[in-house]
Amino acid sequence: MKASHTELIVRALENGTVIDHIPAEKLFKIVSILNLDTIADQITIGNNLESKKLGKKGVIKIADKVFKAEELNKIALLAPTARINIVKNYEVVEKIDLSLPEQINDILQCVNPMCVTNKQPVATRFDLTDRKRGLLKCHYCERALSLSEIVLK
Amino acid sequence: MIKANGLVSITDCDKDDILRILDLAEQFEKHPNPHLLDGKLVATLFFEPSTRTRLSFETAVQRLGGRVIGFSDAATSSSSKGETLHDTIKMVSNYVDLIVMRHPVEGAARYASEVAGVPVINAGDGANQHPTQTMLDLYSIKKTQGRLDNLTISMVGDLKYGRTVHSLLQAMQYFNPTYNFVAPPELRMPEQYRLFCEEKGLKYKEETDLNAVLKTSDILYMTRVQQERFTDPVEYEKVRNTYTLRNSMLEDTKDNLRILHPLPRITEIAADVDANPKAYYFEQARNGVFARQAVICSILGLV
Ligand SMILES: [Zn+2]
Repeated sequence: MKASHTELIVRALENGTVIDHIPAEKLFKIVSILNLDTIADQITIGNNLESKKLGKKGVIKIADKVFKAEELNKIALLAPTARINIVKNYEVVEKIDLSLPEQINDILQCVNPMCVTNKQPVATRFDLTDRKRGLLKCHYCERALSLSEIVLK
Repeated sequence: MIKANGLVSITDCDKDDILRILDLAEQFEKHPNPHLLDGKLVATLFFEPSTRTRLSFETAVQRLGGRVIGFSDAATSSSSKGETLHDTIKMVSNYVDLIVMRHPVEGAARYASEVAGVPVINAGDGANQHPTQTMLDLYSIKKTQGRLDNLTISMVGDLKYGRTVHSLLQAMQYFNPTYNFVAPPELRMPEQYRLFCEEKGLKYKEETDLNAVLKTSDILYMTRVQQERFTDPVEYEKVRNTYTLRNSMLEDTKDNLRILHPLPRITEIAADVDANPKAYYFEQARNGVFARQAVICSILGLV
C-alpha cells in the first residue's frame, strides 16, 4: 500500500525534481540545508516511507525546480544514497547520479577552531583527497577529516 | 610545483622542486651573491613574534642586497586596530616584491597568498606549516649524509603537535625513508600521517623508548615537548626526562648519525651533547639562511 502511495506522489509531479531514497533521518536536514522551508514552489515531502534498501526513506518533490550544482553537492554530502530524478510532463526524463565534487566550496565549516576560515571572513574550501575512504582536507589549515565528521555551515 | 604566488606548504613542492631548491641553497652557500636582490623590497609580517625565524629571513634578504620592511609582532601591526588580514595583505602588497609572513592562525598564509598581488612565503601558520624550516631540514640532511635516499630517520618527542616533523615526513616521501616515530602514547604520530605513510608505502615503526632506535638511525630529529600539551604536570616531568638525549647514549651510534632539532631546545638535548661532532642543530640553523635565499630567489624568478 505504502509503496504505491509513494508512486502516486511521484507520478503526480508534472514538472520538477524528485529527491528519492533519502535516509529518513537525513530528510529534514536536507530540507533545511537547501532552504526548502522558504521556497514558494509547490513542494511535497514524505518521510518514513518503506524502502527495501534503506528501511525507511524520505522523498522530496518540488515543482518547477532544477537544482544547481552546489545544491546537488550539499545533497551528496548529506545523503550520498539519494537519487535525483528530473520530471517533465509526468515522466522522469533524467536521473542524476550524485557524486562528490573534487572541491567543496562554502558549504562545510572547518572543525579546526584555529583555522583562518573560523577566525577571519574567509569562505571555506575542502578538497576531496580520498573518494573511496571519503576523506576531505581543508584547503586552508590542511586538517584532514572524514565525511562522518563534517559540519555544515 | 612551487607556484608563482609563493610557498605556503611543503605539500606544494614536488620532488623536482625540492631538489632544485637544495641545489640552489648549496650554490648560495658556496658562492654568496651580494647583489641578486638589489632593488627588491621584502615585507616580513610577523603577526606573532619569532625572532629566530624573522632574523633568518632578514639575513637571507639583506645578504643578497635586498631591503626589508615589516613588523615583529601583532601589537605593532594594524591588525591590533581590528584590520582584517585581507586588508593588511592588500595594503602591504602595494609596497613590496614579496611577503614573508608568520601568523598564529592556521591557513592564514594560504589565504594571504590568494589575496596578495605579490608572492607569499609562509614563515609558520600556527600548528600547520613552516615550509622553509622543512627545506633547511632537508638541506641539512643532504649536506650531512651526502644523499636523501634510503635513510633511517628517527623522529623523537612531540610527534602529535610538532609541525616540523609532519612536514619533514611529507617531504621525505620521495626518497624511500625508513621512519622511527619515538613518542609517549599521548603525543604519538597522528593517524593522518600514519595513513600517509601507508598510502605512500613508507616504512615506519612506532617506539616509546628512545634507546631502541639510536643504533640504526642516520638522522635523529629531536623536538620540543611542551608543558602545555599535558594536563598532568607529573606526567610532563616523566615524559621530559624519558625523551632527553644525553652524550652517553650516543656511544654505539653510527658514525654518520647527525642530531637535528628545529630549536629552541629546552631540556630534550642535554648540554653535554653540544660538543659531540654528531650534534648538528646549530649548523642546521645556519643552513636556514641558504635555504631561504634559495626559496626567495626561486619564487622571484631570479635564478
Ligand atoms: Zn581549516
